[in-house]
Amino acid sequence: MKRDLFIHLGAIALLFLLEILGIFSDYHQGNFARILVLTVYGIGYNVLFGYTGLLSLGHALFFSAGLYAAGLSIYHLDYNVGQALILAFCFSVLVSLVIGYLALRTVGVSFMIVTLMFSQIAYLCILYFGGITRGDEGIVIQQSSRVFLSLDLSDPTIRYYSALTVFSFCLVFNLWIARSSFGRVLIAIRENSDRALMLGYNVQLYKLLAVIISGTISGIAGASYGILFGYVGASFAAVPYSIFPLLWVLLGGAGTVLGPLIGAIFMFYLIDYASDVTDAYMIIVGIALLLVTLFARRGLLGELRYRFFPWIP
Amino acid sequence: MNKNNIINKNISRRKLMKGVAAAGSIAAMPGFVRYSQAASSAPIKIGFQVHRTGIGAAYGRWYDRTTQAAVKVINDGGGINGRPIEIVAEDDGTDPKRGAEALEKFANQHKCDVAFGTLFSHVVIGSAPRAGELKLPYFVVSEGHHVASGMLNRYTLQPGITDVKSQVQAMAPFVRNNLGKKVTMVYPDFAFGHDHRDYFSAAFEAQGGQILAKVPIPPTESSFSKYFPKIPRDTEVLYHVMVGPAVLTFVKELGEFYGNKSPKLFGFIDSVEAVDLSTPGLEFLDGSYFWEGNPRYAQSNQTEHDKFYRSAVGVDENGASVSDSKDVSTYAHMFGCWETLHIIKNGMEEAGYSGVGDRSKLIEAVESMSNMPLSQAHPQGAKIFNGKTHQTFGHQYITKMTNGKLVLAHTTSIEDTFYPDEVDYTQQSF
Repeated sequence: MKRDLFIHLGAIALLFLLEILGIFSDYHQGNFARILVLTVYGIGYNVLFGYTGLLSLGHALFFSAGLYAAGLSIYHLDYNVGQALILAFCFSVLVSLVIGYLALRTVGVSFMIVTLMFSQIAYLCILYFGGITRGDEGIVIQQSSRVFLSLDLSDPTIRYYSALTVFSFCLVFNLWIARSSFGRVLIAIRENSDRALMLGYNVQLYKLLAVIISGTISGIAGASYGILFGYVGASFAAVPYSIFPLLWVLLGGAGTVLGPLIGAIFMFYLIDYASDVTDAYMIIVGIALLLVTLFARRGLLGELRYRFFPWIP
Repeated sequence: MNKNNIINKNISRRKLMKGVAAAGSIAAMPGFVRYSQAASSAPIKIGFQVHRTGIGAAYGRWYDRTTQAAVKVINDGGGINGRPIEIVAEDDGTDPKRGAEALEKFANQHKCDVAFGTLFSHVVIGSAPRAGELKLPYFVVSEGHHVASGMLNRYTLQPGITDVKSQVQAMAPFVRNNLGKKVTMVYPDFAFGHDHRDYFSAAFEAQGGQILAKVPIPPTESSFSKYFPKIPRDTEVLYHVMVGPAVLTFVKELGEFYGNKSPKLFGFIDSVEAVDLSTPGLEFLDGSYFWEGNPRYAQSNQTEHDKFYRSAVGVDENGASVSDSKDVSTYAHMFGCWETLHIIKNGMEEAGYSGVGDRSKLIEAVESMSNMPLSQAHPQGAKIFNGKTHQTFGHQYITKMTNGKLVLAHTTSIEDTFYPDEVDYTQQSF
């Protein structure tokens, strides 16, 4: 087994073991369930930003597409969890395709602005159609609706394993991308898109595929979040939720498969512990982020790859 | 390290040792230490979900001060069943996801007995499912209709503050009989504003009034002038409500638009909550009416209970901090924290609460409450709690701005605020 495969499968195994062996307290079990779902979102973002070099400021649109497709279908149409997930997957693909097709007519800063604008449109639509979405207040998915294959997804242990399962699939898929020729083309586009074009690759098509994959994974994260945690609200479509995955990816290491996980854990517990120390915890968070930016500019795992382990995908 | 500190399941000794070995470094982190069960003499831990940052920060600051004052009064009076209250505060960032995380921290990390606090309804709605799953009694001070609407669960209660549905419907008769019958509504275009739009317009039309226009303002808006021309010229009463950091801009631009020739103004105090009414540009508000959950200015008929409460929180007779006259309180809302903490105390004492195993007894004790008379525990006024809907009902106050101060013009009866039950939470199991 190659060492990169060993490392990533080992990380998944470790997360299973932590639960099986009862290492987690209730609190951290819940935290990690949430972190794993959010990491899936980060993985989606990383495909576009870390590997393809396209900086989106509107990924909350994709996250909320999955979140609302799943949530509203359960709330209004009495879909079961399986049906809701399938709908969320299909809707995320469709939204990613349309947004990707339109946004990729621009590049660079324009791409950032266009994605941000699309995301704001989605956010305002959620508020505007408050009769269906309950606007900013959002909707609660009752515990009785959050059952999949007779498993109560609100049960802390089942929730953790569910989150871990989704995370594992997405991580392995991301690893496959990173090791595949497709992924190498994405990296080539990131490094020098003109050269990739000159080599005969259909750069625009590859970028569109990257948006679709990225958006769909983000949508799956959104659907998982709504179903596992029982809440669907407009705040998840707002600007901060487009910035969070960027932060996780930058902190963990853009273009590294495990970077989003490390970034999400780091960010979550930085806030968690800092808020135990002082009310002004955002100052501590800000200083910590500045230090990481100054001394690990490639992110935590990115810096390790740069200095010691160049084989990390 | 005590093995019980990190283990939460029944596992074999072999597994335990493996687990401890594998998790040594992680378990050494301070946050991974579990807290032991509270002994009977230990403090009652109340998780306080507070808006320290985000759009609700102004409310959060005063909710915090009110909470600290109430805890001091209760503890000085012997605490709850002889046990002092310990507040465990956590910023929810006025964000539903962070709010839910705060509840998890209260229940699983700090082993709080109950959780309480927070105003903004999306935070409550995002947090309540976790409260139900964690079986953590969650006493909210939110005003939203979400509790009584039946969308939440048995563990979520709102006994210390009335909800927006009861507030706005109680305003309709006063507006119709005293101000005019043609109303235009200006409100924020999100759920809170939609509640005003729907419940007030229904109640007002039932009084024979007419809603001429409804002018929603997007939540991201920072300039409001372009919306005011949408207000019909034959409007007799302009009903306005706005929340968030742009409220001062909103009222100032409203004044610039109308000058002294405005229709009669009726607003929810939210539009100027925590705003100093002597701010230049707000003179046009003189003569206008406001709903207040609790009158900001000490009134001529001030009760001894309001006097005590005001003094304990550190609020002067103008509704500002005694240490800074420009630091205006959120007086219309923050009493809910004071009253809720007293209700928790009464509920725990009634239930003979001794620990987290008695949480369901506590909820049943609160559900069985009904009349809450005007008292030091309820300085805002008497209330009637509906145990089925988990919602309290109480007097509403209408004040008129007179010479820069809000003077009481009308007090509704509690019955004015009633509406048919929409849920019976007592039918839900624990």
